Amino acid sequence: MSKPRYFDYASTTPVDKRVISAMLPYFDDKFGNPSNLYEMGRVAGDTVKNATAKIANILHCRPDEFVFTGSATEADNLAVLGTARANRQSGNRIIVSQIEHKGILSACEQLKKEGFEVVELPVSHDGLVKISELKNLLTSQTILVSITSADSETGTLQPIAKIAKIIKNFRQKNNGALPYFHTDASQVATHVDLNVEKLGVDLMTLSAHKIYGPKGIAGLFVRRGVSIQPIIFGGSSGLRSGTENVPGIVGFAEALRLNQLGKKTESARIKKLRDALEHGIFKNIPKVVLNGHKTKRLPNFLNISILDVEGESMLLMLDELGIMVSTGSACNSQSLEPSAVLSALGNPYEFVHGSLRFSIGHGNTMTDVKYVLKHLPKVVEKLRAISPLELSLGQKKPMSSPQAFVGNQTPHFLRKKQPLKASGGRMTKK
Amino acid sequence: MINKYTGDSWAYSKKVREHFFKPQNLLWEKPSEAKYDAEGIVGSPACGDVMRVWLNINPKTDKITEFKWRTFGCASAIASTSMLSVMVTEKGGMKIEKAMQIRPQDILKRLGGLPDRKIHCSVLGDKALRAALNDWFKKTKQFSRIVVDGRQIIDPNTKTTEADIEEAVLEGADTLLAVQKRTKVGIGYPECLPKVEELIRFYREKYFGKE
Repeated sequence: MSKPRYFDYASTTPVDKRVISAMLPYFDDKFGNPSNLYEMGRVAGDTVKNATAKIANILHCRPDEFVFTGSATEADNLAVLGTARANRQSGNRIIVSQIEHKGILSACEQLKKEGFEVVELPVSHDGLVKISELKNLLTSQTILVSITSADSETGTLQPIAKIAKIIKNFRQKNNGALPYFHTDASQVATHVDLNVEKLGVDLMTLSAHKIYGPKGIAGLFVRRGVSIQPIIFGGSSGLRSGTENVPGIVGFAEALRLNQLGKKTESARIKKLRDALEHGIFKNIPKVVLNGHKTKRLPNFLNISILDVEGESMLLMLDELGIMVSTGSACNSQSLEPSAVLSALGNPYEFVHGSLRFSIGHGNTMTDVKYVLKHLPKVVEKLRAISPLELSLGQKKPMSSPQAFVGNQTPHFLRKKQPLKASGGRMTKK
Repeated sequence: MINKYTGDSWAYSKKVREHFFKPQNLLWEKPSEAKYDAEGIVGSPACGDVMRVWLNINPKTDKITEFKWRTFGCASAIASTSMLSVMVTEKGGMKIEKAMQIRPQDILKRLGGLPDRKIHCSVLGDKALRAALNDWFKKTKQFSRIVVDGRQIIDPNTKTTEADIEEAVLEGADTLLAVQKRTKVGIGYPECLPKVEELIRFYREKYFGKE
């Protein structure tokens, strides 16, 4: 197999060598448990305190406003389940976007079982949430709004500050503290300012392994005054019981610190690579569609649909060439459903199955980009020769009627999906 | 013969990779009606799988002499169609009656198995072949030989039909678990399980009497 060229930084990132060296002492040398009274325990406790302060500094929040979790999914779960359950007396409506991460949507499924009402803020074809709709969905029963800072498939940047303002105005008008505003910032941390004051959020999820930190550690910013319950119990007075992952916390803090250094220059460098890749692909490969917003997008994301070809087959051929990317095709997902985010953009399913996501990072160079531009057209050409399809670009509505599916049945991923209405009440599956 | 459940890993067998990177019997040129005796198509781009098949048949020997194809789908789908084309045209060509009876399991066996999640990608091949053969029967006015594949699909993931459940019960599967071991029905689509259990009871009663 050829030299590896990694274009999937949105999936995970390699840990920075400086982060690894910062973490090492806490594995065997200073291995103490922060809960202990003796010297080694106190050292561990101080380490966690200092690391937390480092992070709080970057976020412009207080150290006691940051909770460490084992993953961004756990942080999302805590944000959603924790606030909903704690504020049940004040209301029962949760507003989320159609393009949230599985952590948020699955937690919402659980909340529906517990009697809460979950409504979806729709998204436009260009990937942006329909802010105008938000005002209509906010009611006196709304206790939480959760909108991702950027979805993990197209990288489209959502207007978080604008949304925060709308919610603030609503709260002022109703003389209350609700609804809270949560955002999952896992994907944006490398490129966007994380100042929670400027963002205006009450809760924010961050993930270490997306910013060249270790896997297994993430965190949730919880503004002082937010009423929230833990989801993991173990006797701690804090929001997350369990012995702290000291090396992980140290690594997380160091990764965030390094992330701040030269952020602007690195973002600009990455954007140049992404634009060159995008330009080259659209120039040399016919019948390609961009997914998500063209300009209001993270500088490292490129999500495209290549017509007439299926994603997993492209993935395997690119893998053979050493190129690693992601696809939104159903054949590649655990649930055999096509990417929910790409489907929400309103593109025909035929387009979703042929989607590829390139996400650029620290390790990419122009040589990598040129390599992809050299080989991707050939891969597409070969697979187009194998394919019986000749789809056309302008297709807005679905090309295949439900009857065209095998066995004259609506496919499972269309059957399961029910439009979530704002009319209230629990959603039931057919 | 089926690979152990591999979850997210793509542990494709050597044979599958071979057929994916070097597909056999692909139709390279533009298909012309004059060149091929029959054609069939199954699947839909929206579902992520489309297989189109062109056949040439020797009417005297009733054998399939040529099987050309094109597939839109993942590596499993492409490899499955390629393998099927080899199975049908090797050794001078397969007799139509035998070809009509090819099941996905036969293709899987020749491929050395597929990861569990990928099995549904291989189930369109035999359906496309039968669609093409039906086209041949219509064109040559052999209407009595047409087999309508109208059996109701119970599980849209694995495309298990009532007939598949019937066959599993006939082969000795007497519980839901046993039937699932054979057909994978309902694993990704639990909504169909009540219907599956009903069918198991029905076929057991039909063939083995009341218990």
